[in-house]
Amino acid sequence: MARITQEQVKHVAHLARLSVSEEEAEKLAEELDGIIGFAEKLNELDTEGVEPTTHVLDIHNVLREDVQRPSLKQEEALKNAPDQEDGQVKVPSVLE
Amino acid sequence: MSILEESFSSIHKKLHSKEIKVSELVDASYQRIHSVDDKVQAFLTLNEEGARAHAKKLDEALEKEETRGLLFGLPAGIKDNIVTKDLRTTCASQLLDNFDPLYDATVINKLAKAESVTVGKLNMDEFAMGSSNENSSYKATRNPWNTDYVPGGSSGGSAAAVASGEVVFSLGSDTGGSIRQPASYCGVVGLKPTYGRVSRYGLVAFASSLDQIGPITRTVEDNALVLGEIAGYSKQDSTSADVPVPDYLSGLNGDVKGLRIAVPKEYLGEGVSEDVKNAVYEALKVLESQGATWEEVSLPHSEYALSAYYLLASSEASANLARFDGVRYGVRAEDTNNLIDMYKRTRSEGFGEEVKRRIMLGTFALSSGYYDAYYKKALKARTLIKEDFDKIWEKYDVIIGPTAPTTAFKVGEKTDDPLTMYANDILTIPVNLAGVPAISIPCGFSEGLPIGLQMIAKPFAENTIYRAAYAYEQATGYYKEKPQL
Repeated sequence: MARITQEQVKHVAHLARLSVSEEEAEKLAEELDGIIGFAEKLNELDTEGVEPTTHVLDIHNVLREDVQRPSLKQEEALKNAPDQEDGQVKVPSVLE
Repeated sequence: MSILEESFSSIHKKLHSKEIKVSELVDASYQRIHSVDDKVQAFLTLNEEGARAHAKKLDEALEKEETRGLLFGLPAGIKDNIVTKDLRTTCASQLLDNFDPLYDATVINKLAKAESVTVGKLNMDEFAMGSSNENSSYKATRNPWNTDYVPGGSSGGSAAAVASGEVVFSLGSDTGGSIRQPASYCGVVGLKPTYGRVSRYGLVAFASSLDQIGPITRTVEDNALVLGEIAGYSKQDSTSADVPVPDYLSGLNGDVKGLRIAVPKEYLGEGVSEDVKNAVYEALKVLESQGATWEEVSLPHSEYALSAYYLLASSEASANLARFDGVRYGVRAEDTNNLIDMYKRTRSEGFGEEVKRRIMLGTFALSSGYYDAYYKKALKARTLIKEDFDKIWEKYDVIIGPTAPTTAFKVGEKTDDPLTMYANDILTIPVNLAGVPAISIPCGFSEGLPIGLQMIAKPFAENTIYRAAYAYEQATGYYKEKPQL
């Protein structure tokens, strides 16, 4: 049985905010299944009692004083925005 | 020989004795780019006006003050995932086709202080995902040694530009081998520093627990010089390490007496071609004759590195690339119905196939019901892989093996199956998972294509790597070979 179905691909694509056509879903299901199959090699490993490593350095959260600092000017912040109006970023309607 | 093929110290002698000007050096760089980049295709964006103005300023500065930055006047290329203020930065993605950064990355500020000249931005696999530069959405960079072949990736433009003498050094980034593998394929020196050694503020994030910026140069000495200038803690990257930056030139004396080398049998096993294996054993003989000793060792979890890497790197990428939503920057899809539709179409039209594949894989691995089975399992495998390395450092100074299983492959040869492409990184990936530093230096040729030798050391022991690499390089002189373009 395939590990990844086309339905799952569509669900994951929605989570990732990607649109996929039927054709793409079919191809992706096959490719992801291959990669996941390869990744399942890790199941050979006994990881009982092994701590997960998210970061290799012994690092900690770095905090700074909560003081005001200069930030981007409005004009700069909008420089790369694809659409804007009255000094604000403009997006299509959020609610139908 | 072109001035651009000389060492930094030789170029600096000529600049300081007024034999040449920075402006002429920068001219030479653009002349070379205009004459060979049609074939090599290393550059995405040139900074001609900015670089020439900068060169003029540096020439004037030298008139007034003899003491200059350590990279004074040197023409450099920057991988296009490192942001440069007002100089287009695309990550080789259509989604960022029109993106002009508002600030300079920390490494760019540091290069400015060291007084190198940025001549342009270099091609790469889109968002650094790839091993051949064929995933660039603009063009496929070619290997200067034979333009039918790939330069490697993802920092393929960075390696090819140095190998072809277009610039004297470049910066790349390395998440699973993206500096070392192209350095190997292009016959240049590429270092992935220890995780945290170089600030990543301004590096467009791919996999944040793995990414590092590093230098690509023609020689080991030049590489050490660039690292010395870009390394160090920065407040803007809380994962950069607050560890003093040593003098990386101090160990470059050709002395490797007593150096203890570990050679993992897993790095010379099946899948590594004979020509590459022979070159590595020859290199070990050279180091042995210089007074180093070597023994075969085992890194038993090496075979799991590739699986763990693709799960972890893709998971992190799926989160990092969520920011590309067409709201504050990027190329937004047109005529969309609502916000969600805009997100989906912007991302689907803007990202290339490999990027989408990895976002999908990562989103899947992090999604409810699969997190423990895939993501968390990979994090545990990572611990075991890291522990393999930790054990080695108890008895040895440096690990040596090949950088890549083969020399460069032909353009188009591996694009059909993602898994075949991923296998190129099998010898470089464990290093990123363990967070240790590693270099690739040229160690010979096979059918006209360079072979790369990888040297790995414990965290923050870049000095040990440079010492061994320099001794080997000076004894063999492969860096003197130049591609014919």
